[in-house]
Amino acid sequence: MSTTTATATATTKWWSGGRSPFNVEYGKIMMWYFLMSDAFTFGALLISYGTTRFATQGWPDPNHVFNSFPGLGSGYPLLFVSLMTFILILSSVTMVLAVQAGQNMNKRAVVSNLIFTIIGGLAFLGCQAWEWTHLHHEGAWWGRNPFLNADGTQSTTNFTNFFFTITGFHGFHVFSGVVINIIMLIMTLNNTFEKRGHYLMIEKAGLYWHFVDLVWVFVFTCFYLV
Amino acid sequence: MQDLRVLDDAHAAAARKEVYRVTIILSILTIVELALGYSMVNMSEQSFSRHLIKGIILILMLAKAFYIVAYFMHLKHELRNMIMTIVLPLGLFIWFIIAFLADGNSFRELRNKYAPYDQESNIPVKQNQHNEQEKGTIELKKAVE
Repeated sequence: MSTTTATATATTKWWSGGRSPFNVEYGKIMMWYFLMSDAFTFGALLISYGTTRFATQGWPDPNHVFNSFPGLGSGYPLLFVSLMTFILILSSVTMVLAVQAGQNMNKRAVVSNLIFTIIGGLAFLGCQAWEWTHLHHEGAWWGRNPFLNADGTQSTTNFTNFFFTITGFHGFHVFSGVVINIIMLIMTLNNTFEKRGHYLMIEKAGLYWHFVDLVWVFVFTCFYLV
Repeated sequence: MQDLRVLDDAHAAAARKEVYRVTIILSILTIVELALGYSMVNMSEQSFSRHLIKGIILILMLAKAFYIVAYFMHLKHELRNMIMTIVLPLGLFIWFIIAFLADGNSFRELRNKYAPYDQESNIPVKQNQHNEQEKGTIELKKAVE
């Protein structure tokens, strides 16, 4: 008897039916596939940015373009964007904690961590709104680029066009993530998940929120650092 | 069917510990990235060290992406089948990046060779440029002299 069980577990036939080969709930798999398609969308945007940058003679130095901090004025390269990055990382951490609290059926912890995540998301959007306004006051917008190339030559509008399009598309994702998290918060407060017996919905919202953080890692590196 | 049973306390504590560990790793990676980015402030645009730092930053970026996907999105703890259905299609990006960046580079070289009058560096610099940018430009010109 024991030998048959041993061989059965050694050669688990995941694809011969009767079980889920991924062992993941349907909605979560679909969220993963949606995020994969979204990754290709963002990838296409970032790769077109890279291609254009490689095809262009010069490019503005991000350390000279993004060097302002609200209340401090200019001359602080990378400072404001580091604040934005840490806000998003921390909101991602509170989201993991909300997911784990949901797995423990701990409603109070889910609610508080979701609130922290929503505050983080709103803070990030506020930072982005400030930065866009600031750049707009400096004369930057789609089709307008006041910044010179790093070598002092005139720059094309490729720089601002890609910056506003890609950070705008990412900001739109953050905004939808905040809306989704608010819906999750309302559903938790209404005991929807308690009655359902599981908090799997929070895990799907969590996947989306982490993806937003993941995209920011790439956007942040491509526009502000490299 | 997925196992929906409630996790026991020891399991939950271990999971929380993992979250804190990954948070610290992500913060350190971000701080190193920012320090490297800051070190490039007055470096000349085409210098080797600047390209090297950019390369290191890109590797750190991939490390951060790995930690977010593997631990925050929990992919590392899924079945191998599940991991492969997500990761393998993303392998297309390796080809995308190499092909498109090479294409952009070749376009620039061809234009410089056959249509040099079309270079954007020939566009005259307009007056009333952004002040901060002027400052940076002057610094750079001094460095060249």
